[in-house]
Amino acid sequence: MEKLLHSVYLDEEKCLGCTTCLRSCPTGAIRVRGGKAIINESKCIDCGECIRICPHHAKLAKTDPLSLINDFKYKVAIPAPAIIGQFKTKYSFENILSAIKALGFDEVVEVAYGAEVVGQALKYEYHAKRYPKPLISSACPAVVKLIQVRFPELTDNICRLKSPMAMTARLVRKRLRDEGNYKNSEIGVFFITPCAAKATMVNNPASSEYDKYDQIDGAIAIKDIYPDIVKNLNDCNIQEGIHNTTPEAFSWALSGGECEYLKNKNVLHVDGIQNVINVLDEIECGKLDTIEFFEGLACIGGCVGGCLTVENNYVAKMYIQDRAKKMKQTSTIHMPDEYVKSIYNSGMMHIKERILPRSPEPLDQDINKAIEKMKQIEILEEKLPGLDCGSCGSPGCRALAEDIVAGKAKEIDCVFVLKDRVRDLSVLTNELLQVEHPTEKPVNKKPEFSE
Amino acid sequence: MSYELSFEVERGDFETAGEASRKIKRTLQQLGISNKVIRKVSIAGYEGEMNLAIHSWGGKIVLEVGEDTLILTIEDTGPGIKDLDLAMTEGWSTAGEEVRQMGFGAGMGLPNMKNNADNFQITSKIDEGTKIVMSFLV
Repeated sequence: MEKLLHSVYLDEEKCLGCTTCLRSCPTGAIRVRGGKAIINESKCIDCGECIRICPHHAKLAKTDPLSLINDFKYKVAIPAPAIIGQFKTKYSFENILSAIKALGFDEVVEVAYGAEVVGQALKYEYHAKRYPKPLISSACPAVVKLIQVRFPELTDNICRLKSPMAMTARLVRKRLRDEGNYKNSEIGVFFITPCAAKATMVNNPASSEYDKYDQIDGAIAIKDIYPDIVKNLNDCNIQEGIHNTTPEAFSWALSGGECEYLKNKNVLHVDGIQNVINVLDEIECGKLDTIEFFEGLACIGGCVGGCLTVENNYVAKMYIQDRAKKMKQTSTIHMPDEYVKSIYNSGMMHIKERILPRSPEPLDQDINKAIEKMKQIEILEEKLPGLDCGSCGSPGCRALAEDIVAGKAKEIDCVFVLKDRVRDLSVLTNELLQVEHPTEKPVNKKPEFSE
Repeated sequence: MSYELSFEVERGDFETAGEASRKIKRTLQQLGISNKVIRKVSIAGYEGEMNLAIHSWGGKIVLEVGEDTLILTIEDTGPGIKDLDLAMTEGWSTAGEEVRQMGFGAGMGLPNMKNNADNFQITSKIDEGTKIVMSFLV
């Protein structure tokens, strides 16, 4: 069994056990037990919904501190395209990227650069015979995990091109290696991340799509370095030529950005994890058979909606669209087809291993026992009130019934069942008070039986 | 040991259409049925559910889970199908314009069900209804 590490974790001190996060979890991975939320590692997809919704800010994402960069001789920042949406358009790309560099990096390369390579390669990959249709984008790691967990039959549809993040790291390392000034191990590449799911990708060697040539050494949250970037914006040396990406490339930060690269195909892009689930449901039962490419992003608006960003996702979207519109009129930046093709054909863009399902465990390995348990679950569900209030610590009545059958909860965890039991008990207590035992001496009362 | 799951589907019930197939899918996952079989059952079940909503006057979907076979029965009261051979032809449909505009009624329903099931039987009586019994090997 692969080790499933996660970047979403709980600050136990802050958690009040309020159950708010329970029902926001799209995979039912959270339970409240002993007054604290517990995340089931095998079900968590790192989408960050619980981080967004927790009123006590007890759900956090594990990311790396900026100080980690000091472990390396040559420090490279690779910011996600969403970074550009965090700042007003009066700041130029060069200004923003230079302000990031001034945090202590030797070089800044936008992940949008890798996005342009991957985006252009998509038209070749689209024709690869191994995919059933629709081809499904692998851009959002939370959606990839969602498919593994909830839509196992669609894992073969997932595009096996590496992510823009990995490609950017790879191309940077390749260039630095060719230049020969630093050993690969002396180079530290740091992803500036908008979300928890990407942080997991960086920090989880088990799910890693990389080898040492596209090694990423840390994931730093946008929100952690945002104040320092803002400080640097007005007093840093603006480096010309630091920015060289197309408007299409940094639009990957928005839902539909990737689809732009397959313009002449029937494409569908959906954002927001629940919306993605609804559409994947339709794809899985064969309803959307005319769709050729599906881009699903867990956060509303796409990566600009990531839980580690600062700016409101709609505002960030406006900034990015404004910049794209202006740039489309003036930009001369173009990535030559031959360049993309040579990278594509080199094989360095492909994830080697198949993306396998991570189907939920059945109720029992033996089908007869599983059926028996299913029947027990249904009987229990009937007894429960069906309010899905979450007070029991499970995300709904059905989930509680399943937890009870799995031996992980009790019927009286339900407050309504408990109330009924207490009432039955008080009726019985009352009865006991009223009825005297024949051998007992009456208390302040004459015997009723007299002739 | 066997297990049964059943759903009523009303005519024109598009808001909830798809719900039965989703529940069937989840149940089969919990029972440990392989993903490949689940996919086939979901596709056939969804087509059946749609047919009930579009063509019938209402009907029922029943899934029986046995140790080595799944049986999916889709039974309705309805107009019945005049020419079964024709109805089994890909692309043939009697769905009205309104339904087609919603993206349904392309006429792939029955053949698609047959292609996904290991065994497919259909019986139909005019002005009474249609019954489809499909089995899937686990």
